[in-house]
Amino acid sequence: MNNYLLIPFLPLAAFLINILFGRKYLKDNAHWVSILAVAGSWVVTVITLLDVLSGKVVNEDIYSWIVSGEFKVSVGFLIDQLTAVMLVVVTTCSALIHIYSVGYMQGDKGYYRFFAYLSLFTFCMLMLVMANNFLQLYFGWEGVGLCSYFLIGYYFDKKPASDAGKKAFIVNRFGDFGFGLGIIMIFLTFGTVYYEPVFSQAKVFAVQTINFLGYDVHLMTLIALLLFCGSIGKSAQMPLHVWLPDAMEGPTPVSALIHAATMVTAGVFLVARCSPIFSLSETALMIVALTGAITSLFAATIGLVQNDIKRIIAYSTISQLGYMFLAAGVGAYTAGMFHLYTHAFFKALLFLCAGSVMHAMSGELDLQKMGGLKKYMPITYWTMLFASLSIAGVPGFAGFFSKDEILWLAYSGQSPVGKFVWAIGTVVAFLTAFYSFRLIFLTFHGKFRGTYEQEHHLHESPKAMTIPLIILCIGAVASGWIGIPHLLGGGEHFTEFLTPVLGHPEAHGTHAEEWLVMAISIIAGFSGVGLAALFYLVKTDIPVMLAQKFNATYKVLWNKYYVDELYSFIIVRPTIWTAKNILIGVTDAKIIEAIVNGIPKGIGEFSRILRKVQTGLLQRYAAIMALGVLIIMAVMLLR
Amino acid sequence: MNLNGFPILSTLIFLPIAGAVLLLLISRSNENLIKWVSLIVSITVFIISIPLFTEFNKSTHLMQFTEKHAWVPSLNINYSLGIDGISILFVLLSTLITILCVLISWNSIKAKTKEFYISILIMESAMIGVFCSLDFMLFYLFWEAMLIPMYLLIGVWGGSNRIYAAVKFFLFTLVGSLLMLIGIIVLYYQAGRTFDILELMTKTYPYQLQIWLLWAFFAAFAVKVPMFPVHTWLPDAHTEAPTAGSVILAAVLIKMGAYGFIRFSLPLFPDASRAMTPVMLTLSVIAIIYGAVICLAQTDLKRLIAYSSVSHMGFVTLGIFALNSQGMEGGILQMINHGVVTGALFLSVGMIYDRTHTRQISDYGGVASAMPVYASLFMVFTLASIGLPATNGFIGEFLIILGGFKANQWAGVLAATGVIIGAGYMLWLYQRVFFMETNQKVAGLADINLREIITLLPMIILIFWIGIYPNAFLGFMHESVKHLLERVNSGSMHEVGVAKNILEIIK
Repeated sequence: MNNYLLIPFLPLAAFLINILFGRKYLKDNAHWVSILAVAGSWVVTVITLLDVLSGKVVNEDIYSWIVSGEFKVSVGFLIDQLTAVMLVVVTTCSALIHIYSVGYMQGDKGYYRFFAYLSLFTFCMLMLVMANNFLQLYFGWEGVGLCSYFLIGYYFDKKPASDAGKKAFIVNRFGDFGFGLGIIMIFLTFGTVYYEPVFSQAKVFAVQTINFLGYDVHLMTLIALLLFCGSIGKSAQMPLHVWLPDAMEGPTPVSALIHAATMVTAGVFLVARCSPIFSLSETALMIVALTGAITSLFAATIGLVQNDIKRIIAYSTISQLGYMFLAAGVGAYTAGMFHLYTHAFFKALLFLCAGSVMHAMSGELDLQKMGGLKKYMPITYWTMLFASLSIAGVPGFAGFFSKDEILWLAYSGQSPVGKFVWAIGTVVAFLTAFYSFRLIFLTFHGKFRGTYEQEHHLHESPKAMTIPLIILCIGAVASGWIGIPHLLGGGEHFTEFLTPVLGHPEAHGTHAEEWLVMAISIIAGFSGVGLAALFYLVKTDIPVMLAQKFNATYKVLWNKYYVDELYSFIIVRPTIWTAKNILIGVTDAKIIEAIVNGIPKGIGEFSRILRKVQTGLLQRYAAIMALGVLIIMAVMLLR
Repeated sequence: MNLNGFPILSTLIFLPIAGAVLLLLISRSNENLIKWVSLIVSITVFIISIPLFTEFNKSTHLMQFTEKHAWVPSLNINYSLGIDGISILFVLLSTLITILCVLISWNSIKAKTKEFYISILIMESAMIGVFCSLDFMLFYLFWEAMLIPMYLLIGVWGGSNRIYAAVKFFLFTLVGSLLMLIGIIVLYYQAGRTFDILELMTKTYPYQLQIWLLWAFFAAFAVKVPMFPVHTWLPDAHTEAPTAGSVILAAVLIKMGAYGFIRFSLPLFPDASRAMTPVMLTLSVIAIIYGAVICLAQTDLKRLIAYSSVSHMGFVTLGIFALNSQGMEGGILQMINHGVVTGALFLSVGMIYDRTHTRQISDYGGVASAMPVYASLFMVFTLASIGLPATNGFIGEFLIILGGFKANQWAGVLAATGVIIGAGYMLWLYQRVFFMETNQKVAGLADINLREIITLLPMIILIFWIGIYPNAFLGFMHESVKHLLERVNSGSMHEVGVAKNILEIIK
């Protein structure tokens, strides 16, 4: 089963070919290299999945990477059930989005560059999920961050795009700061950074405390929270969520692949992967659950009022990622992974549909200028509708099963904050349904509100784009069927599959309660859709009226709670001000340089004084000498 | 161990001087011949240095390729050379960098060409000599000999404020060096009239004397590194120096300070070094953060990279004074890394400066549209500089932060913040130079040519080689570093890792 190495290295080869030969030779054919590579990865992934299903798990080193003293780490791969799930998600979404991009990016001057980056991203993401140690995970982690930087800033001649790329990278560095320290703490605790020994020994340290920067803290809580810092950055959770909405400056296929389906879920994957550590710390789990729940609510409220089609979906992504953390935080790692998996399909689909709409609208992003697109682009409409039904949690669709499982396990689990996050989750389910259908209604229903030229140009997208939409749509509808709960007569196969790695989540509740929780979430979803229909199909003057009546609230939401402004005010500007006015202006110029230039100046002054003594006048020398003799005699006499 | 008795180190030292003498004989007007002779000499020296890499015995900490001849018997001064796992990589770096310096100056040096290349070659001899010397007098000779060609490179071929920068550079380093000379002489008498470095290292010195000597040596080395607060000569020197001068400064010259700490301060004064670690760690962390933050406010390309060197060298000294194997090996590797990456950055800046004749960041913008190949290579250097995994910068910084954290948690944590700020200033610089709308001043610039690509190619290879397979380089260090740490930590205080502590508590 050594052929699994092809999974990451085919895309790497495609990247190298495209980056070296793309500009001069491949040009408009660059996509073939990347698509063939990712298709190959997908095929090998399926073979690997079958192996894993038959019970084979790979854990082996390829070559020794860093050796220094007792620190040793290799490039090595672990393929277990959890990895297999991620492999399927990553290669499937990546392959479909590669194909979609052929249509979407056609004629772009950086065509080869785009596909090179996509391949590099796929490689890094696969290295991330296939690692068997923390350092290689970190390699993939930073690698996907780099590709995200490249692709967000793909239109680098536009300032907002290059700003957004830079912002994404730097904000993520804040998270990775903690993540890196977490890896160091793991090494210092366990003497290794390999998953297997770390996870199997974690229990030994269950009650251990350690002095960290002068505070005595619970060791496993510390490690878990440091790792979680990385998750917060990568998965855009509060307070590091600010980069993801701006990341929408990148081409839409990138938003679908990196900022919805795969990279941003790496944080959830990390928590799931490290579940043996997180499970040893109730505090850490509680923080994960609360961060997820609060972020989820926070992002959903912002999504209610935005008009930029991609940004709404971006906030929706932040919100859904919060859901996944909520699940992990109540110990329902499998439910979190299940939502990760269904979300990949319906969210990638939502983005690609948005891309299709933009394609038709000549790049227009403002919902207020759309409307009535249903008749011009039926495939886009129906696929996006299904994706929205899925995210809204309408029974039967993929999103319903994963969301329901999360809510039920939050409600019935043993987490002290379980009921609280369940309540938030239910509210968010309502909000999600509302803003998702607000988007659908404003885009596809009613009358067209754009310019005459735009209306004239409206068309359905080419086949390269619509076929991936249809395939993803199947996933958005059906991917949840492998996780239908026992209550509805399903087999919960997804949970069973991951149990060897993540354990079986505990639920303590009656069937009646389970029905009740499900009913409430269904009602929440339907009322969200219903309210959106009322506001944007029937009584379209209500939203405007509400915005005027609750102007202050509306403004706060519209400005995303002013978080960006806050960071600029307390971090960015003070740092640069200090650099300019204190470090350059005072320390370097006035203190160090003054001393440095002062010493030679002082020596110069001193010698100038000495020079005055050396006049060359013999009389004066004689006089001074006589004076000296007198003084010596005086001293001797006085003794 | 000589290669069949062939004095390889002496050859490396004297061949460039011979080349310089040869250049003297060539007519001043025959510039092409001058350039080609310099290039061939530097390439030959590099080729001769390759056997060091391939024939080096990694399983011993002892000096290899040694040579020893009496020089001034009355004072017991010897001509004694040799390299170990700590110095070998620097010799190779010096021979490689010299080739690149010749290549980068090919078209940009137009005045006094002959003298310029003579200076470069003499510089090479002195640099190699510093890393190979096993006799203190010989070492000091080479150490001071480096000053002259560097002073000339800045003072003759430098920018508009070159005299100020050259004099500043000269005075700073000279004052430091003189204190070291006093220290060397004190050692000489203390140890019974010997300058033999290996012999001096086997002796123990009174604690109080160790402290005094440590600071005397510190003066020389800290200025060279440069450590905070004696760093202010560096931005001036870098900014005014011609490209080749900046590259040598960044890649090799400022490594000498950190090399001095490892080669001399630690093994000669182990007790004093251990006692002074808190001071050294503090200064290192200050340098890391101070150097990084000040980069955020720079408006001059070369000045920004110069200040980033202060920050990066802070990492190096942090690793060294962590006094554990990860920190030390990370520190040595990071010296090589910094030589490669910052060297490459200065080479790159030189290339675009040749085209635009401006160093102001605000004069750039949108260069990626005009010069895509150049932009891609510069991106690689940027990423290596901010320590992205799979580049060399990551390996060094990670090991240093790990070692630093082990030595002192606060040092590790604060150093890690330098990595965040590092990403900030480098990406911001890249954005302002390469992204956004094309500035009128850079529109239509020609992309880099084959000679320039060849100049940068070795750096690209090294960045990924070290990043992907660092053991090829770390492997040289293990034995020497182990031996050194045993010497330093052999006193009353023992290195105790956090891991060991915890495991003991559990069991």
